Amino acid sequence: MTTGPRLLLGSVAKGDALPVLRHPVTATTVVLGALASRDWRPMHHDKDFAVERNGTRDIFLNTPNQAAWFERYVTDWTGPHGRLGRITFRMKGSVFPGDTMELVGVVDHVAVDEVGCGWLGLEVVLQVDGEMKTTGAVRVAVPVDETDNPWRRRAEQWQP
Amino acid sequence: MSLPAGLPEMVGVAQYEEEGEFPVEQGYIWTSCASVENGNPLFWDDEAAAELTDGPIAPPTMVSVWFRPHHWAPGRTQARLPLQVHFDLKERLGLPEAVMTENTVVFYEPVRIGDRLRTHQVLRSVSEEKTTKLGTGRFWVIDVEYRNQHGDRVATESYTGFGYRRAER
Repeated sequence: MTTGPRLLLGSVAKGDALPVLRHPVTATTVVLGALASRDWRPMHHDKDFAVERNGTRDIFLNTPNQAAWFERYVTDWTGPHGRLGRITFRMKGSVFPGDTMELVGVVDHVAVDEVGCGWLGLEVVLQVDGEMKTTGAVRVAVPVDETDNPWRRRAEQWQP
Repeated sequence: MSLPAGLPEMVGVAQYEEEGEFPVEQGYIWTSCASVENGNPLFWDDEAAAELTDGPIAPPTMVSVWFRPHHWAPGRTQARLPLQVHFDLKERLGLPEAVMTENTVVFYEPVRIGDRLRTHQVLRSVSEEKTTKLGTGRFWVIDVEYRNQHGDRVATESYTGFGYRRAER
């Protein structure tokens, strides 16, 4: 390791866009995501159940796995110095095998809090064919300079 | 339409205080990272983790995973359900289907390999009956707090669920 931060607070401005992440969703994507989050509910692995009981067209990505996708999306951009403080997301539609999901994001605000921690507020969206499936807001801490590391913050020095 | 008897008394009360049935472990961290192709070196490279986070940690968004039980365990006669308050509400309100519509997680101390986390659930609210494209039912908000074996808060999570009966087609 011993590399410096990939992203410093001062290099980011409101309105900056994160690189788009595209991923083709297969049944394996859905089942692996459910398994990885220990979610055994049948609508995430049993198509008949999903169609007949949930009224959806197929099995669909579960919520905890979508959180993992958002985390990966944000920290791919910030690098490992980026530390999630808060994530909120709202499910508006389901993501099915055969979809190509796109994660997009934009910087909504840049700030330094009262204890000197640098924060980015991001608006993120998981979409399929331009239709929003999940919308989210992420608060992520990034270094304010080359010597800063948000992961070192403890107790009152960490205000997510 | 008012809430069934007994339900209002559940609001604001800590329930299902429990310790995760297994410690935070490396294998599941890699399974989770693999599911979303997360190559963050904090989870794969011990040197990077030592440098940045004083040792290996789990992805923050995995916090609820440590409380989702295995599908089977020896001696267990009934499947354990995560977020039990959610399933209690479905049963108490006679709503056979449910989805999560909103989720907020706030992260505090990092979760580390070997941690034994504790949690409890608090029902915050239950709405009047509402009709959406899924059907007719109620929204509810459940908070979940997570602490490690040292008593440090590691995360708080807030779920909004919608329990419903499917619309006639």
